[in-house]
Amino acid sequence: MKILTKWLRAYLPGLTVDDGRLAEDLTLRGIAVEGIYSLGEGNGSLFEMDITTNRVDAMNHYGIAREAAAIYGLKLPELRYALPEVRPAARPFSVNIEAEDACGRFTARVLRDVKIGESRDWFAGAEVATYFRLLEQKMISNAVDATNFAWLAMGQPTHAFDLDKIDGGIVVRRARKGERLKTLDGVDRVLDADDVVVADHKKALGLAGVMGGWDTMIMPETKSVLVEAAWFDPVAVRQTARRHGLHTDASHRFERGADFNAAPVASGLVSAILLANGGWIDGELVDARVAGAEERTALRRPVELKLIEVWRILGATEDQEGITAATVEGVLTALGCGLESGVGAVSGASGVSNNARANSDASWQVTLPSWRLDLEREIDLIEEVARVYGYNRFANTLPTFGEGVHALPWAEKEAAVRGVLLAAGFHEAIGSSFCSAAEGALTAPQVGQIVPLGNPLSEEAGVLRPSLVPGMLAMVAGNLNRDVSDARLFEMGTVFGGTTNKVEERPALGFGAVGSLPEESALHAGRAFEFYDIKGVVEQVLARFEMRAMYFDRFPAEAGITPEWLHPYRAARAVADGVTVGWFGELHPREAAARKIKTAVLIGELYLDRLYKLPLRRPVAREISRYQPVRRDFSLVLDEGIAWETIDWAMAELLIPELVDWRVREVFRDARLGKGEYALLLGATFQAQDRTLREEDLQEFQARVVEAVGKAGARLRV
Amino acid sequence: MTNEAIPNLTAFDEAALDKAFAALEAQAREAARALDGEAAVEAFRLEWLGRKQGRLNEVSGRWLKAAPPEAKKALGVRFNALKAVVEGLLDAALGAGPSEAALKAEAIDITLPGTRRLIGAEHPITRTMIEIVNVFAALGYSVGVGPEVETDYYNFECMNFPPGHPARDTQDTLVVAGQERRPLRDRLLLRTHTSPVQMRTMEQQPPPVRIVIPGKVHRNDAADATHSPIFHQVEGLCVDTNITFSDLKGTLDHAMKALFGSTVKTRFFPSFFPFTEPSADVQISCIFCGGKGCRKCKQSGWIELLGCGMVDPAVFAFAAEKQPAYDAKQISGFAFGMGVERIAMMKYGISEIGQFFAGDMRFLSQFV
Repeated sequence: MKILTKWLRAYLPGLTVDDGRLAEDLTLRGIAVEGIYSLGEGNGSLFEMDITTNRVDAMNHYGIAREAAAIYGLKLPELRYALPEVRPAARPFSVNIEAEDACGRFTARVLRDVKIGESRDWFAGAEVATYFRLLEQKMISNAVDATNFAWLAMGQPTHAFDLDKIDGGIVVRRARKGERLKTLDGVDRVLDADDVVVADHKKALGLAGVMGGWDTMIMPETKSVLVEAAWFDPVAVRQTARRHGLHTDASHRFERGADFNAAPVASGLVSAILLANGGWIDGELVDARVAGAEERTALRRPVELKLIEVWRILGATEDQEGITAATVEGVLTALGCGLESGVGAVSGASGVSNNARANSDASWQVTLPSWRLDLEREIDLIEEVARVYGYNRFANTLPTFGEGVHALPWAEKEAAVRGVLLAAGFHEAIGSSFCSAAEGALTAPQVGQIVPLGNPLSEEAGVLRPSLVPGMLAMVAGNLNRDVSDARLFEMGTVFGGTTNKVEERPALGFGAVGSLPEESALHAGRAFEFYDIKGVVEQVLARFEMRAMYFDRFPAEAGITPEWLHPYRAARAVADGVTVGWFGELHPREAAARKIKTAVLIGELYLDRLYKLPLRRPVAREISRYQPVRRDFSLVLDEGIAWETIDWAMAELLIPELVDWRVREVFRDARLGKGEYALLLGATFQAQDRTLREEDLQEFQARVVEAVGKAGARLRV
Repeated sequence: MTNEAIPNLTAFDEAALDKAFAALEAQAREAARALDGEAAVEAFRLEWLGRKQGRLNEVSGRWLKAAPPEAKKALGVRFNALKAVVEGLLDAALGAGPSEAALKAEAIDITLPGTRRLIGAEHPITRTMIEIVNVFAALGYSVGVGPEVETDYYNFECMNFPPGHPARDTQDTLVVAGQERRPLRDRLLLRTHTSPVQMRTMEQQPPPVRIVIPGKVHRNDAADATHSPIFHQVEGLCVDTNITFSDLKGTLDHAMKALFGSTVKTRFFPSFFPFTEPSADVQISCIFCGGKGCRKCKQSGWIELLGCGMVDPAVFAFAAEKQPAYDAKQISGFAFGMGVERIAMMKYGISEIGQFFAGDMRFLSQFV
């Protein structure tokens, strides 16, 4: 919104501060001046304003002058416009408010023999040509410009009709379903039965509080004008405007609450401007009011305000004297409130005690100005006091310390998981919360639990992500597209399931990796990041939690259990204490191809909600043996069908206390082996807590190992 | 090594013994100086200390046997001293490791780049959120979270955005499909701010409350340099008896100094949020120019950073439906909310909000 300081100063001749200071002082009181542009000698400045939606009353020159008056303690003259004498009408112009819920007040004034022409500076307080030129506001005709001038001056929408095109009088009513109206923007509209229209006795003339009609528009040859200034209900206007996709100055104001008492003043201003070019007033102002609407706006009950409540909410000021009864009275009176002292208050706005703290039981009955519908309660008045007093004059204090601090129950677990991923060299990423319906179907852990959005940003973001995998894939692919060949990313975020009636949210961990290890060496060829690298990370994440058993398994493709985004023979399910906690592995080549990814992507997801049910593992120290460990290697030959875990379990079942570690040292396949066989080098370490192992002990252990792996299907390679 | 054979000793007076042992010691020292590598040290050991053919063994065999009884003691003393010297030389040779020449042959180019293992970087948003949360934790605030999919009631109605209120228009909302037939208050949407967690917290616990709520929020905003449909906020709520506007000012002034440095100044402007009254916007003195005015602060010297205010009594009234202790006549409180992206962009000099959500390794690597 644009404001001319020249115009402000016309309302407030006593304003002595310069434009820069004025802008600063207004801004600090919530009437924000975003830009100041000098308009040249004698023209003042143009303020670009940004005013919060609750302060529609200040979105005009007079409203801002009122704020300035409150800040500087100046008297703001009331707006009054001298009109020529009224010639009595034969019978008053007929105005009928049928839709009383939608229209609270409708004033109509009939002007005859007006001359439609160019605008100029008509009289003091109606410098239409000067102000419009400075505002770069287009001038159309004296009639249209008059209504625009009233709008810019006082924020009250008005409308001028060509009276000769009106049949009978005015009726404010609901539209008839299917009724047609061509609005001023030239659009032929079919009306809804809930729309509110200003109509004559035959037809709709305009959308009430939104936009006038085409057919009753003022033309150069117009002789008789009906000036409308009304008060329409916020909700009714909002609904009508929304239904027609219209957002006009008028609807903006009415939606946020107009000044019930402004209608006759604005009508006077418009009429005075028009009549300055000739014409006369036919009959008194017709002023139809709805009592209920007036009670809700202009005649609201006073609000009680207690000084002690002001202090309770606002606290300490930098200034010793602080907020006194006089401060409260000064501020609220300047804003247009009426204050009547309650018990113990000082005597009215002027008789003020300096020792206000002694008046802690001061209270007032405050009548609320008709233009401030945002003021309704005591707290609203307290805000006004704080605002005009100046927020930055309050002290910086700290509340006393309350009670103990609680972290989120899973904060430590979340940090533990994040720590493993970071240490493993994965960067943390945050991806989109959405994915396409197809991606959702591909990756949802619970089949069919996909929640679509009603107004998605795009088709690619049509559903709430059921999995972190789509986002991870997009980010990995993004890196490859940017020629970043080594990418290792993880995301800890919310995934969504359930239905559109009940959406379930769960925390999840997603991770993805492409490229080689190590990343930044000039000296050695890297090796590709592989399944076992990602499995190691998963193992390390799971190892942070206390669990009896952790294992990984896989299913034949036809079982339909492996997620479709994973390579069916290079993927694993992670199971902790019998519960599936996630899936990981190589991206299915079909999905890689669909995304034009040519390298193997390792990707996976852990269901953190399930993992978080387990306690974090508390480290417990073990006695470290002082005796020599002994390593024995076993070269085994196995059938391709026998997986490492068979050997692993066989070793575990030996339950030899001195068998402290066993692992695969090497896996190899060569031509000297039988068809469908592979060789595996098993390394076992024996160590006793209490003695040096003797050769006889080792012989016995070795024999037991050979027997156990033999039973598991392995034979010793000779 | 070219040590001469051990000569036969003919005279056993002190001077002769001294001379003979000094010659041997000199030979040992010279031999030790030339030792190069483990093999040579071992050869030296065998030559001098070997049990069968070692020179000291020979000395003891030949000289001691030949010595007259009265000279045996003097000879024995000198023999032991020589043995100590030889053993000392051997120890020194063993400890010294390979020779300079051998070491030089192993030289490498230390100017070649080091092999770097990738160290994972915490996301700048996570990092900033944790930083903010820690500042308030130190002030006695607990940490809370709430759902990202909210009902209309929690996101709007109980935050004092009545149905049909124009303030709802300022928060373009992403909604869950298929809500049209449900009562307005139950309709599901993606929360547009973290403020609903204020109400969820108050419903769960009576005052006093001091809580910060970090979280992800969504709006139906077209993406540009400073707007993203996804962003993060940290919400704060403090409710107790006697919480005042000056407490709000002091708390946020302290927090801004903790986050941006002790020289940062704050100023408060009246603003409007349906769920606070009085409401304020907080600006901090520009952290780039110190308040002198620069491009970053549009020459104003100030940067707008967060919104806050005293909890509106209407919000307490909603809370009191479940927790009657939220009686606006008895208690008061303040709330604040800050955009994490904006703070992170300022702190780290990030110009495009979209970079936070692209997973670009080149971007993320900067935060290690």
